Amino acid sequence: MTTKPTPESRAPGVVFILKKALISAFVALVLFSLMIGIRTEAGPTGQLIYWTRFGELASLVAIVFGGSIVVELLRQWWGLADKVRVVPPAVQAGLSVAGRLVAPALLIFALLVPVIFYHQRYLLDLGILVLTYVMLGWGLNVVVGLAGLLDLGYVAFYAVGAYSFALLSTNFGLSFWICLPLAGILAACWGVMLGFPVLRLRGDYLAIVTLAFGEIIRLVIINWQSLTGGPNGVSGIPKPTLFGIPLTPGDDGLAARLGIPFSPTHRIVFLFYLILALALLTNWVTIRLRRLPIGRAWEALREDEVACRALGINTTTTKLTAFATGAMFGGFAGAFFATRQGFISPESFTFQESALVLAIVVLGGMGSQLGVALAALTMIGGFELFRGLEQYRMLVFGIAMVLLMIWRPRGLIGHRAPTIFLKQSQAISSDLVKEGHG
Amino acid sequence: MNGDILLSVDHLTMRFGGIVAVNDLSLAAKRREITALIGPNGAGKTTVFNCITGFYRPTSGTIRMPQDGGAEIKLERLNDFRIAKRAKVARTFQNIRLFPGMTALENLIVAQHNMLMRASGLTFLGLIGAPSWRSAEQRAIDLAKLWLDRIGLLDRADDAAGNLPYGDQRRLEIARAMCTEPVLLCLDEPAAGLNARESAGLNELLLSIRSDYGTSILLIEHDMSVVMEISDHVVVMDYGVKIAEGTPREVRDDPRVIAAYLGADEQEAIAVMESDA
Repeated sequence: MTTKPTPESRAPGVVFILKKALISAFVALVLFSLMIGIRTEAGPTGQLIYWTRFGELASLVAIVFGGSIVVELLRQWWGLADKVRVVPPAVQAGLSVAGRLVAPALLIFALLVPVIFYHQRYLLDLGILVLTYVMLGWGLNVVVGLAGLLDLGYVAFYAVGAYSFALLSTNFGLSFWICLPLAGILAACWGVMLGFPVLRLRGDYLAIVTLAFGEIIRLVIINWQSLTGGPNGVSGIPKPTLFGIPLTPGDDGLAARLGIPFSPTHRIVFLFYLILALALLTNWVTIRLRRLPIGRAWEALREDEVACRALGINTTTTKLTAFATGAMFGGFAGAFFATRQGFISPESFTFQESALVLAIVVLGGMGSQLGVALAALTMIGGFELFRGLEQYRMLVFGIAMVLLMIWRPRGLIGHRAPTIFLKQSQAISSDLVKEGHG
Repeated sequence: MNGDILLSVDHLTMRFGGIVAVNDLSLAAKRREITALIGPNGAGKTTVFNCITGFYRPTSGTIRMPQDGGAEIKLERLNDFRIAKRAKVARTFQNIRLFPGMTALENLIVAQHNMLMRASGLTFLGLIGAPSWRSAEQRAIDLAKLWLDRIGLLDRADDAAGNLPYGDQRRLEIARAMCTEPVLLCLDEPAAGLNARESAGLNELLLSIRSDYGTSILLIEHDMSVVMEISDHVVVMDYGVKIAEGTPREVRDDPRVIAAYLGADEQEAIAVMESDA
């Protein structure tokens, strides 16, 4: 009765907004009165000293009151997912055209980044980092977005890929291009190994076991000192070569062969294009797989596992292939990470990485390739952007994520594109698409 | 006439802890026949279905499908998906289980998973876009189109299944089961929630499935207008046991059946059955 989006109901809406703001302010008052209103400290002789900060308390409560009104007004004007939007059709049509151009524009921009920012090493490094996470996001998207299996231990496969490459290349002197597929295959094997015990688990239970799996891999790496070097990590990992031609200042280096002066930026640019190619390979394979029976079975599994079994789909192999495919891409990304850093240690493969990659997938819109790329750009790039805010960085970042989840609860690109159509491909609303239950 | 038997369930018992859901039930479904399984709510009909389609493993008893050449498939030993794949038994669900976020067409393509999986060379041939895969996919699309046309949903092929009206979803689920090209189609209350016109359409669809494809149908239904009109053989269950079987007419006049439904006269019993549906 109070929150209808029709203009007539605006008037009672004022009362509603004020009421809501007052409640929020009251909750803030109760919470902050002890946290901020009173400050305690131990005195020089150990006695309790406290003083009041009612000014700060009042201003915070006022901010909550004002903020609540603003949020409520924004909600009424922009509307939530279930409300009618006041965007005229012409603008909507324009937006959809723009939406179709986003992906090609991003791709062209990505190809041109090393040209535009050739002299800004920092931006190139950031680009490589963003692309690494784009690739990880796309890899995890197969497991979480398509098959609907919540995986909180994705970093394990990243670690397996990185250590596979590091150990194979330092111990046996194998080159990057031989190790890359090996790292992917090994990571895929680990994906299957994780897949077997969790086949029967769903939802929260699956999440917990995958979380534990990620930790197990990390702890094994730390403790198996004779193989992995333990906490000291593996150093001296060879740099990648351009099909055998090293990117070094020496006589046989690429610069010398091309007859151009050597610059360390060459290697950065090469790494940039390498990860771009790997990420695009991930993307291409995923898009292809979605249109193949296996990809459709993944999505069907996410929609309804019981129905899948009734149709004769082997859900065991379907789940395992999803885990293996996602893990393989994680392994590729790990191998790239190892060759780029030249040094890896267990510290790089903490749960935080898994959470970050999962956040990218969820924020981007589960199953959407473009959404994941945009989310990786926002999360990793945005995080760097907020560096100037110093200690408030996490706060701003957190607020941004909360706001995004209020307005786009199913991620930046929540709708699903059909894999096949007869007449016209219609985007499927996120309300219908299931998230999967593990 | 043993050769005509498609599915024979013998002494099937299913216990859940202390509860006996199905007790020593035997029934047979013949080729090219529509067999209906009826009974009051809680009689154990869906449990029988779940045993036949492998979602439950029976406590005891056998479920056999004789094959050409004397061999037989022992369904009670197969996993659910193998029953659909090897024994070619397809099923629908009491509460519709479509893939709501996929289009009607995609739902029918997913149903042809096993055929397409072989054609795509376990994905590898498909990944490189081999011609054999392309032609197999085209055949799958043609089959899906055929079924969409039959159930009158060709115009809505690209709509999300979850957006279709209830009656269309019911028919789409039947079409999806038929896209697996089954020999036995198990329908769990296909007419539930349909109006009189829609259930008449359903009758036609089921009869045409039998006549055009020779698919046998096993049917759980409360809607007596469907059961009496199309079934060749009716099995009545109550409290997990079979209390009667025969042609629709025989069953309708059977005092045990009437007693099971109400213990009152026939008209009243049927009225109750219809209000259940």
